Amino acid sequence: MRMPRFLHAWLMLGPALLLLAAFTHVPALATLWHALFSTPTPRRPAVFVGLNNYAALAEDPIFWQALWNNLLYALGTVPMSIALALAMALWVNGRLRGRTAMRIAFFTPTVLPMIAVANLWLFFYTPDYGMIDRLTRLLLGWGPTNWIGSQETALGAMMAIAVWKEAGFFMIFYLAALQAIPPSLLEAASLEGASRGRIFWRVTLPLLGPTTLFIAVNAVINSFRLVDHILVMTQGGPDNATALLMTYIYETGFRFWDTAQASALTGVLLAVLAVIAALQFSLLGRRTHYR
Amino acid sequence: MRTSFASRLGLTLETAAAWLLALLWAAPVLYAVWAAFHPTGYATRFELTAPLTLQNFVSAWDAAPFGRYFLNTVLLVCFVTGGQFVLCTLAAFVFARSRSRWMSALFAIVLVQLMVMPDMLIVENYRTMRALGLVDTVFGIGLPYLASAFGIFLLRQTFLQIPAELEEAARLEGCGPWAILWRLYVPLAKPTYLAYGLTSVAYHWNNFLWPLVVTNSVNTRPLTVGLAVFASTDQGIDWAIISAATLLTAAPLLLGFLLFQRQFVQSFMRAGIK
Repeated sequence: MRMPRFLHAWLMLGPALLLLAAFTHVPALATLWHALFSTPTPRRPAVFVGLNNYAALAEDPIFWQALWNNLLYALGTVPMSIALALAMALWVNGRLRGRTAMRIAFFTPTVLPMIAVANLWLFFYTPDYGMIDRLTRLLLGWGPTNWIGSQETALGAMMAIAVWKEAGFFMIFYLAALQAIPPSLLEAASLEGASRGRIFWRVTLPLLGPTTLFIAVNAVINSFRLVDHILVMTQGGPDNATALLMTYIYETGFRFWDTAQASALTGVLLAVLAVIAALQFSLLGRRTHYR
Repeated sequence: MRTSFASRLGLTLETAAAWLLALLWAAPVLYAVWAAFHPTGYATRFELTAPLTLQNFVSAWDAAPFGRYFLNTVLLVCFVTGGQFVLCTLAAFVFARSRSRWMSALFAIVLVQLMVMPDMLIVENYRTMRALGLVDTVFGIGLPYLASAFGIFLLRQTFLQIPAELEEAARLEGCGPWAILWRLYVPLAKPTYLAYGLTSVAYHWNNFLWPLVVTNSVNTRPLTVGLAVFASTDQGIDWAIISAATLLTAAPLLLGFLLFQRQFVQSFMRAGIK
């Protein structure tokens, strides 16, 4: 009777494992393998070149700029969207007037396609008659600014969109965590005379620790993955000011069709993800007592 | 008395800040609605007496094959979500019932996909699709996402909470593993299916980069890619028409969310809480 049960299990697992391997695990390894070969051309098949593709990356200023931009992008968007998500969750979960409308407003960007979002923001950022220039003229008396067309502001403009898009999504996780905190805990704290601020810093925030770690990891991954708006708004420009790893992979692989170089770039991205995973595990190890 | 005044002032300030942030968050969508329902000239002028019109939607619909794009997206989303339900259910069932150490190792390997997503492996996956002859097919857009580690994880967590006595009772009545899965596990996991289904539909309705890479014709392009092509080539800067097209693209999800926003938020919470 053991044989059929064993067979059932593999029949059930098989299709999922096959597809997972075919489109995640195997390509992740294949990318590292293909990065060791040259890009095949009609006249010349791929030849083994060792680490030459990585060496070419090391000498490519655009690669370094994309990596640096991506680091700035993560450092700018992750803490900001976490802080805003927490504020939103506290407000929506509290007793403020109109919190249903607020929840709708905060969450709406989550259900919108990034491409649609890009179109809306493109208009907001239009020099002179766009919404942001009108506001800065009215409130601060500034002249027209080419927000996504100038080197200094373009990356910041892309970061603002990412924060706007993601904060409401992360709010959901904080909301779930807040509602899981036993009310008796907060009541006990307030009976002992703790102020609202003190309760937040000493009781609520520590309890939200695991949620924050979870959100932070997802936010960091998204800062390397979600580049739709950049592809349609700036294509990584002006002069690579908004180039990120993923946009550079797309450009190298599907505009210049240099697949070997794109594989090496993907290898770098995988290395970054491995570092994030290692950080997450070391942090989780120290914080297990929360769960 | 003074403390109560201070706390009331604090609450007022906090409410104002919350409202300001909410307004900021709603502004792009509110603006799109304004621009889409008024004649082109009012896209940058805000007058309460501006005439309303549906002409922008008609122009957008006629300017690009949005009907076909809609069909492609609906096919894609049905294929992916349906396939995910079947494959992830089967895999989660095995992972939830197995006690073996090998299975937990295998499960850990599955979870690698939570970090290394197909979205990032576009170069290799494109190579695979070309080898399989699936470039520029809806099947090819959806295939890399069918086996989802997130779905397997979510359903396994739900299945683990089903009491062993229930399963024992079913087995005593002569149910085999397939019957136990279909008659016991699946019905009990309904809220999880709703939650996972909603997040998955939203994800694939909105997905852009992989469909952009793997499609190259009107007959397979989903809405997001169609909208990007439309906004970048044909329209120049007619904001009214672009806004109308943008709203069209997002409309099904946006309307669904506005109508069932409580269930939506609760479903996303359920998907995230695990």
